[in-house]
Amino acid sequence: MEFFFEVLIGGLLAGVMYSLVAIGFVLIYKASGVFNFAQGSMVLFSALTFVSLHERGVPFWLAFAVTLAAMVVIALLVERFVLRPLVNRSPITLFMATLGLSYMIEGAAQALWGAQVHGLELGVSDEPLALGGVLLSQFDLFAAGTAAVLVTALSLLFSKTRIGLSLRAVADDPLAALAVGIRLQRIWVVVWAVAGFVGLVAGLLWGARVGVQFSLSLVVLKALPVLIIGGFSSIGGAIVGGLIIGASEKLAEIYLGPVIGGGLENWFPYVLALLFLLVRPAGLFGERAIERV
Amino acid sequence: MSEAIFPPASALPLLTLEHISLSFKGVKAVTDISFAVARGEICALIGPNGAGKSSLLNVINGVYQAQEGWISFEGETRSRMRPHDAAVRGIARTFQNLALFKGMSVLDNVLTGRNLKRRSSWLEQALRMGRAAPEDDRQREAAERVIEFLRIQPWRNALVGKLPYGLQKRVELARALASEPKLLLLDEPMAGMNTEEKQEMSRFILDINREFGTTVVLIEHDIGVVMGLSHHVVVLDYGRKIGDGTPQAVRANPEVIAAYLGARH
Repeated sequence: MEFFFEVLIGGLLAGVMYSLVAIGFVLIYKASGVFNFAQGSMVLFSALTFVSLHERGVPFWLAFAVTLAAMVVIALLVERFVLRPLVNRSPITLFMATLGLSYMIEGAAQALWGAQVHGLELGVSDEPLALGGVLLSQFDLFAAGTAAVLVTALSLLFSKTRIGLSLRAVADDPLAALAVGIRLQRIWVVVWAVAGFVGLVAGLLWGARVGVQFSLSLVVLKALPVLIIGGFSSIGGAIVGGLIIGASEKLAEIYLGPVIGGGLENWFPYVLALLFLLVRPAGLFGERAIERV
Repeated sequence: MSEAIFPPASALPLLTLEHISLSFKGVKAVTDISFAVARGEICALIGPNGAGKSSLLNVINGVYQAQEGWISFEGETRSRMRPHDAAVRGIARTFQNLALFKGMSVLDNVLTGRNLKRRSSWLEQALRMGRAAPEDDRQREAAERVIEFLRIQPWRNALVGKLPYGLQKRVELARALASEPKLLLLDEPMAGMNTEEKQEMSRFILDINREFGTTVVLIEHDIGVVMGLSHHVVVLDYGRKIGDGTPQAVRANPEVIAAYLGARH
């Protein structure tokens, strides 16, 4: 039984890492109805920028601030050169644009910092920690704590502030938002910048876990089932979806693996997502039908 | 000397359109339209479908940009208005087909109308510190006053998308009113309403005009309503202005009768 809990909690904590990536998607989807394929590249770009600066002797917080500034610049550029010219186009057009964008951001990352694999040390040990007889990874606990702080901050920003109300308004009806004096363009920049910030946090945690390398941009693929289960438009959904994926893939690996063969972890989330699509296409917390792409 | 030449500010029209022309890819929507809206009046834009009434409202609050002409609001003349500038300067509006935040409550919808009135920073707001808390209360009070004024208190926490059409129209008016506008643009505020609802809406518009001194420009098809409600009527046909004056004068204008009111039988 103890072993079961160990697997379950380990899985839940790993799921938080998926949620972190998924939240970046949710933010942009909520504000503009776009599935931002470039979110993975933003994760990669931020992690690579941070680690390259840090390796060149820039102190941690300065490197963090500079990387964040770079993400804000990307947000400004994306708004000016992608979103503004494509306003009122269909979701599939915008999706294709973000597909192109993802290659541009990846290319920029490579051109700036090269293609080597970097190790990233955040100063958190990965020693297992015994809590009530259950062994837990310290790093996973740290990641979960970070995610909790991040989600609290985001929900305060979006429920209590003028920006938050504007964001919900823009997501709901852009024309009406325009009429009450909300500046669409500014909201888009804010949202992409916040998504960049979330990408940076996700990039650092994932980078510390698996190394900063190009495959980091593929974490988007793990975020997809999370989004399908949780719903594309709910931050809470992204958290719950991540936890479900994390826990179920680890449990399936341990308990189903010996029966039907190992390596289950890699495909189980997608099967689960497929089942959800059949039963509950809008996800657990999704507000409306998803534009499936 | 200047006093002798220029009339006092209050006598200047609140809004003046001069030679406004608007076309979409060569198709003329509005041709060379000029008229003035006096401070404190209710001005109706009438005309058959496709006459360019909505386009004109869209030009006034900057959703469309006219290719030719000027707009002068409170004595400030410009060739194009932007929606944000219009809102900041005190122009609020409603839409023909409703533009509400359907996934939000009535109160939140009305609060978005007060968005531009907030002065505290987002950090203060997130933590409800500094200027944010008293400001929050003030915005809420103001929103509640508007909600009460338009008698939608029973639905204040309801999701707007679930309300019947007539109520949604009123919520949209409440949101526009919440910004304490100098100029209120109403695009068919009574479309799709029955006689009773129309009377109620007319009364609200009159009350807003009288109590707050808000200038109103509205589009309406029901001639009876228009004649009873407005001080000033502008008639459009095929994107041109064919009548402009008091309801009585417009009713007597032969061109208007031919184009819109129908020949007298």
